[in-house]
Amino acid sequence: MSVALAPATGLTRAGRRIVDVFTSPKSGPVLVTAVLFVLIFVAGGLRYRGFLSGQVFLNLLIDNSYLIVLAIGMSFVIITGGIDLSVGAVVALSTIIAARLLQAGWDPTAVIAIILLVTSTLGLLVGLMIHIFKVQPFIATLAAMFLARGLCYIIAKESISIEHPFFVAMANLRIPLGGQMSVSPSVLIALVVLAIGVWVLQYTRFGRTAYAIGGGEQSGMLMGLPTSRTKVLVYVISGFCSGLAGVLYAFYTLSGYALTAVGTELDAIAAVVIGGTLLTGGYGFVLGSALGVLVLGLIQTIITFEGTLSSWWTKIFIGALLLVFIILQKVLTSRRT
Amino acid sequence: MKYLGLAFSNRLFWPVVMLVALLAVNVIAVPGFLAITVNSEGHLFGSTIDIVRNGAPTLIIAVGMTLVIATRGIDLSVGSICAISGAVACSIILGSPNPDDPGVVGVAVLAALGLSLLLGVWNGFLVAVLGIQPIIATLILMTAGRGIAMLITEGNILTVESAPFKFLGSGFLVGIPVATIIGAVTIGFAALLTRRTALGLLIESVGINPEASRQAGVRARGLLFTVYAFCAVLAAIAGLILTSNQTAADANNTGLFIELDAILAVVIGGTSLNGGRYSLAGTLVGALIIQTLVTTVYTVGIPPIATMVFKAAVVTAVCLLQSPTTAAAIGRWRRRSPAPQPVAKVAVSR
Repeated sequence: MSVALAPATGLTRAGRRIVDVFTSPKSGPVLVTAVLFVLIFVAGGLRYRGFLSGQVFLNLLIDNSYLIVLAIGMSFVIITGGIDLSVGAVVALSTIIAARLLQAGWDPTAVIAIILLVTSTLGLLVGLMIHIFKVQPFIATLAAMFLARGLCYIIAKESISIEHPFFVAMANLRIPLGGQMSVSPSVLIALVVLAIGVWVLQYTRFGRTAYAIGGGEQSGMLMGLPTSRTKVLVYVISGFCSGLAGVLYAFYTLSGYALTAVGTELDAIAAVVIGGTLLTGGYGFVLGSALGVLVLGLIQTIITFEGTLSSWWTKIFIGALLLVFIILQKVLTSRRT
Repeated sequence: MKYLGLAFSNRLFWPVVMLVALLAVNVIAVPGFLAITVNSEGHLFGSTIDIVRNGAPTLIIAVGMTLVIATRGIDLSVGSICAISGAVACSIILGSPNPDDPGVVGVAVLAALGLSLLLGVWNGFLVAVLGIQPIIATLILMTAGRGIAMLITEGNILTVESAPFKFLGSGFLVGIPVATIIGAVTIGFAALLTRRTALGLLIESVGINPEASRQAGVRARGLLFTVYAFCAVLAAIAGLILTSNQTAADANNTGLFIELDAILAVVIGGTSLNGGRYSLAGTLVGALIIQTLVTTVYTVGIPPIATMVFKAAVVTAVCLLQSPTTAAAIGRWRRRSPAPQPVAKVAVSR
């Protein structure tokens, strides 16, 4: 190309930089996801009246705050090349523990502490099973999923509503942002978790070790990185995030139910993958996963705005939009050969 | 001692032990558990027959799943394909004036299998041509598939009264349940096709290293299409059996979570989710363990609310026993205990 020979002007250099960033396997998918998100949002705005508003965007955050937290935990696991299928069941378990203990008159802070402890311990057990016994993550977390769902049934079969004033307040409180826009406390919690997730993964040794495990566990170990500790810890993080997501979900629905959040693990995995994380590990950003959640939420919002779809067309439509999105992402990030 | 060593080193050792242990629990709970009687119509009858009959759909799907997993893939859409095939067959049978005509049922079955073949090719297209990660590629059909099934049934549960169709799920042929025969034929066919030809080797090579096998001249793309299509057709067959057993097509619940059971059966049988080496015999044992597990819950009288916990415990036990760490620990223990005991155990053959 002539660019290589002629003294490159600032503009062409910038152009090439942009192309490079968009086609790199590291940042490309995330950027493409961001661009597509904006495009879909604008397209929705052109099609539906009242779509292109700040509050619609904030509602995406409000409705999906628990999923953002889930996806953050899932990102850690997937970046190390693992997977966690137990998160949906753990969310259900958390809501039901919350409902049951609050019903018994416990203090909300104690309840939340217990939930986080239980779910982190479950994550620890799964991590140990995967690390020490070399059980495949898919299966170990599937067993954890059965266990968590099973415990739900044992604790309570029926749905229990939560009437504790603290939980009700968290559900109804809206923090004004000016211009008639507001968010729920859950959104703030999710954003804090997001910030911590970004920091841990990008700026700490732990985060780098996680990437190293996904890129090549053997090499990471030979470099003297604490791979075993990190590998177990990512499942603890995922367990903790699932517990926290469960608490947020309890704020959101104000009930505990054994059959709630079925299939949420697939939503979380889809969000992480849409956000540009490779399931084989080694690549990915927490921020991308949060974007992935927003894309899934946006698809749901479009369906709500469409309004007239019957329940079966909704499912087909979600599948179709997911497909379009993944194909676009694939096409836009593929390097020209 | 040699035999014991051989048995321990066999991948199928612990799954078989687990299966035997589960059966033993049943025998202790219900002494006549293993008894097989012949009823007045000449049909075999007994708890073990129930296991091989009710376990057939999971087994059939698990066979397809084994091959998909061997290529380092996974197919989450099998449950939805079950629902679609059931819905197609039932709506065709219901739409015909004569539902008891074997010809009508034949057309319905062929239509269901044909549509599922297309869906399998679609999965294969997403994975092989577009290069989408299998879990996401098949997640699309898993989500949309239930919608398609509901579209076919128009949101209703279709109940069919058709003797030939009912025969598929609950009929008997020379005393053996038809579902069991279909299951046996499926696994036999898959074993012959992949183990008596080079196909199995090629599938494993794609799973171990797609790029290397491509350079060695293996047509990875065509193979991926084939395994996903095969898996979808098997899912359709399982869906027909399930639907026929319930005599109704339920778009929401037919084959719900069967993908997890099938994957579990494959992994319990010793096939790695990282692709490569696979074992159809292991899948058979895995599927039998899962169905025996369900039966055990009923015979032993485990309260329904504890079923899932029980399942988790058994799955965990099998995985931990199969783990290389456990094998190493047992190896150390065996070397340390010098007195060679008389060995009655025989190596488990494949």
